Amino acid sequence: MRSSQDYRAPFALKIAAVLGLLFMHLPILLIFVYAFTTEDKTYQWPPPGFTLKWFEVTWNRPDVWEALRLSVKVSAISTVIALVLGTLCAAAVSRSKFFGRETISLLVILPIALPGIITGIALRSAFNIADIPFSVWTIVLGHATFCVVVVYNNAVARFRRSSASLIEASMDLGANGFQTFRYVVLPNIATALLAGGMLAFALSFDEVIVTTFTAGQQTTLPIWMLEELVRPRQRPVTNVVAMVVVLVTFLPILAAYYLTRDGDHVAGDGK
Amino acid sequence: MPNPHAIKPAGGGVFARLSDLFWRRPGVLLLTLLLPPVLWLGVIYIGSLVALLAQSFFSIDEFSGLIKYELTFKTYLELLRPANLDILVRTVSMAAMVTLAAAVIAFPIAYYAARYATGKWKVIFYLGVMLPLWSSYLVKVYAWKLILAKEGILNWIVEKLHLSWALDGILAMPVIGGNSLSVSYIGTFLVFLYVWLPFMILPMQASLERVPLSFLEASSDLGAKPAQTFWAVVFPLALPGMIAGSIFTFSLTLGDYIIPQIVGSSRLFIGQAVYSHQGTAGNIPLAAAFTVVPIIIMAFYLWFAKRKGAFDAI
Repeated sequence: MRSSQDYRAPFALKIAAVLGLLFMHLPILLIFVYAFTTEDKTYQWPPPGFTLKWFEVTWNRPDVWEALRLSVKVSAISTVIALVLGTLCAAAVSRSKFFGRETISLLVILPIALPGIITGIALRSAFNIADIPFSVWTIVLGHATFCVVVVYNNAVARFRRSSASLIEASMDLGANGFQTFRYVVLPNIATALLAGGMLAFALSFDEVIVTTFTAGQQTTLPIWMLEELVRPRQRPVTNVVAMVVVLVTFLPILAAYYLTRDGDHVAGDGK
Repeated sequence: MPNPHAIKPAGGGVFARLSDLFWRRPGVLLLTLLLPPVLWLGVIYIGSLVALLAQSFFSIDEFSGLIKYELTFKTYLELLRPANLDILVRTVSMAAMVTLAAAVIAFPIAYYAARYATGKWKVIFYLGVMLPLWSSYLVKVYAWKLILAKEGILNWIVEKLHLSWALDGILAMPVIGGNSLSVSYIGTFLVFLYVWLPFMILPMQASLERVPLSFLEASSDLGAKPAQTFWAVVFPLALPGMIAGSIFTFSLTLGDYIIPQIVGSSRLFIGQAVYSHQGTAGNIPLAAAFTVVPIIIMAFYLWFAKRKGAFDAI
């Protein structure tokens, strides 16, 4: 018989794993500390004192609100488009075998497999050629393109697990295709879509590389952050914004985790 | 001959008739489902990509600064100029270093999570990787700007530990050194490593989870030492996951232009070169030619990864 000793992790492995996790989390926690610092000219450590003042200052900043509003708008529209396109694609790919099926999967994955700068500059030069002026819609165009894949991945996984006989039963009982979709398919894939939608929202809300090419003079929240990163002007406000962004993106991730935890989870496919 | 209406009476309304059409002709349904996504991705996205790549075969007139619309390989030859070649070599070696380091750091985390973590710890490890993966890219870069700043926490720790001489020694080294961490390659490397690390862990963990415990038992029953088991059994089976993860770390490093701009020396990476050529310089052909390099590298990489079975691990 084997001793239970073998099932316990070697000490060195444990230490390396925990150190790795700390390496991934400490930098983010550091931002939480900096949001309360009284220092406003440098990134001094340790902070000379703590204050809540910067939260109020940030709250009263119209430019931050403006950027936030644009970001939410873009992410919301992109998510809706991605939900529609991703679900359609997933339904087609998982229900039937057809010529070029592999190509469709590749087409969906390509926008995130290629570096974002390529998507960005390609769209930018296409806008130039077609003489399309920058607007909310040019940003949405870019975002929806790479958000399709997260919805698609979630929906495909769920379609694979749900049984086709349910749909046949519904049809046998006299429902037409649309009724079947509404009352049988949709309830089945709803949580997967919700999870995919939330991830798509998070992905779009955070996107900066493609956006710098498709936004023109408009400022989304990540572009506002980028400007502060390149030329720091209001460090305390940036600290607060950074902390809020971390908190806001954590919520959909946690929610998406709990929604898909007992099924084929969404994880493991990267962004 | 059975009357189809006896089985299913013709329904009223557009929806019912459409629904019948879809049922009788699945091809029409498939086409309807695929049309919107294919139009969007195939026409808008692929169309833009092709338009961009086509421009790399044009060249820019040196005197007027205007684009000459004649097919030529001149722009590609320009990539081979020492300054541009430097950029390519620098970016590819950075991507390779980041990928290697990410694999080394990711392995213990993935292995522990896949093999030993149970119950509560499984959740902690899972979320512990997912949260950094999904938290804002810019915020993560910003965090490192705070850490690497001269007055920041890293220098403070080094000073408290009386290790300033070691840090100065490292910074005095040629190539990788610099005036301070935030303007050296080491700084750029650390930020890249930090930002892309979760992308390595997840596929690695997925492939390690599929290594059957009985293989390890068989290996040790046959007398292999733990190190032998690792190299002969675990590592080869984890390799597809590692390659899958490296697709992300490699590709993302190749195309990034924000991290080296914020933390690093002023020496350019591919992404920055593309950005500056398409922007102020207005040299779209050269920018387009630059983007072809990562596309070709990634195409080879994906082909290689597919042969090694990495796609089952994603």
